[in-house]
Amino acid sequence: MNLDVKNLSFSYGSKGPGVLKDVSFSASSGEIIVFLGPNGVGKSTLFRCILGFLRPDSGQVLIDGKSTLDYKRQELSRLLAYIPQSYSPAFNHSVLDSVLMGVTGQLGMFEMPGKDKEEKALSVMKELGIENLANRGSMKISGGERQLMLLARAIVQDASLLIMDEPAANLDFGNAFKVMKRVTELREKGYTMLISTHNPDHAYRYATRVIAMKDGKVIADGNPSVVLTGEIMKELYSIDVAVSTVNVGKSEYKVCTPVG
Amino acid sequence: MRRYGLKFLLLILLFIAVFLISFLMGRYEISVWTTVKILIDALVRTVTGGSYGLSKTWSVEAQTIVLNVRLPRIACAALVGAALSVAGASFQGMFRNPMVSPDLLGASTGAGFGAALAIFIGASYYAITFSAFIFGLAAVFLTYSISRLSKIKTTLALVLSGIVVGSLFQSGTSFIKLVADQDSQLPAITYWLMGSLSSVKGRDVLLCAVPVLIGLIPIMLLRWRINLLTVSEAEARSMGIETTTLRFIVIVCATLMTSASVAVSGMIGWIGLVVPHCCRLIYGQNYRQLLPSSAIAGATFLMITDNIARTAATSEIPLGILTSLIGAPVFIYLIIKGGTASES
Repeated sequence: MNLDVKNLSFSYGSKGPGVLKDVSFSASSGEIIVFLGPNGVGKSTLFRCILGFLRPDSGQVLIDGKSTLDYKRQELSRLLAYIPQSYSPAFNHSVLDSVLMGVTGQLGMFEMPGKDKEEKALSVMKELGIENLANRGSMKISGGERQLMLLARAIVQDASLLIMDEPAANLDFGNAFKVMKRVTELREKGYTMLISTHNPDHAYRYATRVIAMKDGKVIADGNPSVVLTGEIMKELYSIDVAVSTVNVGKSEYKVCTPVG
Repeated sequence: MRRYGLKFLLLILLFIAVFLISFLMGRYEISVWTTVKILIDALVRTVTGGSYGLSKTWSVEAQTIVLNVRLPRIACAALVGAALSVAGASFQGMFRNPMVSPDLLGASTGAGFGAALAIFIGASYYAITFSAFIFGLAAVFLTYSISRLSKIKTTLALVLSGIVVGSLFQSGTSFIKLVADQDSQLPAITYWLMGSLSSVKGRDVLLCAVPVLIGLIPIMLLRWRINLLTVSEAEARSMGIETTTLRFIVIVCATLMTSASVAVSGMIGWIGLVVPHCCRLIYGQNYRQLLPSSAIAGATFLMITDNIARTAATSEIPLGILTSLIGAPVFIYLIIKGGTASES
């Protein structure tokens, strides 16, 4: 599946300041694109435009050559899955029921998920190591478990492009690592992922490509170790950042440290 | 939800038991066995067009009381209880809030005003239902719009605007009572607003059943999808739900059920809050199980309440008074618990 974002511009209200200014990029199978940029730069707005929740002022979002605005919601749900930053359900549905909500796009109008869908949900949950939570309430599990539940829901949705708005933002150090690891392992299955984050270390570690945004514009796009330099970080966040390499055994990890 | 089948079967057995016991309530004593025979006889005669039936071992009086007095009343109690409970559970899912009920949204007061207005101008039974529906719908949309315009984008905004809209229609109803004929219309409106099934007749069952079923069937068929309205708008849409359309269908169906209930039985509050809450505790949060269990439990609950209403005192106690006595404590409990009903 190919995603093409072409010259996308968007502003809230007709006279509002532009949130997205002429954003273009494309993504194909197996890419993990991490979006970096300060708060309010338009990452979430960009995702909302791609998902078809917002109508851009100009420009297009194309999936396999067809504008997302021309797809029916149900068709689009088979192509794009969305994982929100925080999950605040109104009721304490069980984890299994919450995961099963993801299959709705594959059901007829009046259909209920059958045994086959339930088995599929359970096997995905098993792969993610959360099958023991099936009958627990979705409000009563930890933040890390909840993100894995949302990931399971996105997988059963059978979409090949996953859009994640800061999936690890509300998690502690350890859980953020675990969740990001699970997420990026999906790349082997051919998923394309768009992930926004505030943590540049995540970009080094998990991205195949990084897109840096400032003031609604893309200012850098490419391989993280090439694109994510101290200069770019300074331009994005207005602080001095040192990029260093940590060697553990044979592995090399790049990390960012604010200095001064 | 494990063991749902067994728990649901128990609920159905309870429903049948309460349904039959309800026939024994009243001054004229008729045995269970006679009641069952009369009901089976009537059923067989209706199905076969009168060519078959049981041999009559009961009096004509007994038959009249069972079929023309008790059956319509019990059937209406079951219908209204089911309708209000399902409407309540649906509104709760749609507004993502377990403390919402048809009363709180102004649907009942709106429908009450509509019905009082129709009684005042001397309209027919159909017109009363229709007027109740239109004003019930108007009240819900008004409540919802005000809460959407509010800067406080929370439950509080919804509850507060519900109170305002409710009191607006309440004063409208008071005004109608003021100008209504003191001897005939005023007692009719007042007594009926308190909620009662005492004047229910055979034709009322059908007149109530039709709009209730028109509202109930679509909601029952779409009940899996209502689950998705309980997560955020963005998530529901990303999972393939046309949220605007679904919300619209749910709101119209739930309001129709509420209005049809108000038209036949007056204002019976709290059921839409209490019954779904108890069902959430027993049957879980999934609307697939929640709505059918709320329907049966609501029907059972109102049949029991109506039995108390007609036997506890020498004169009938209005149903609305009894349901408030049960509903208020449950609502207080919900406020203290922060509105979450959950077991695990």
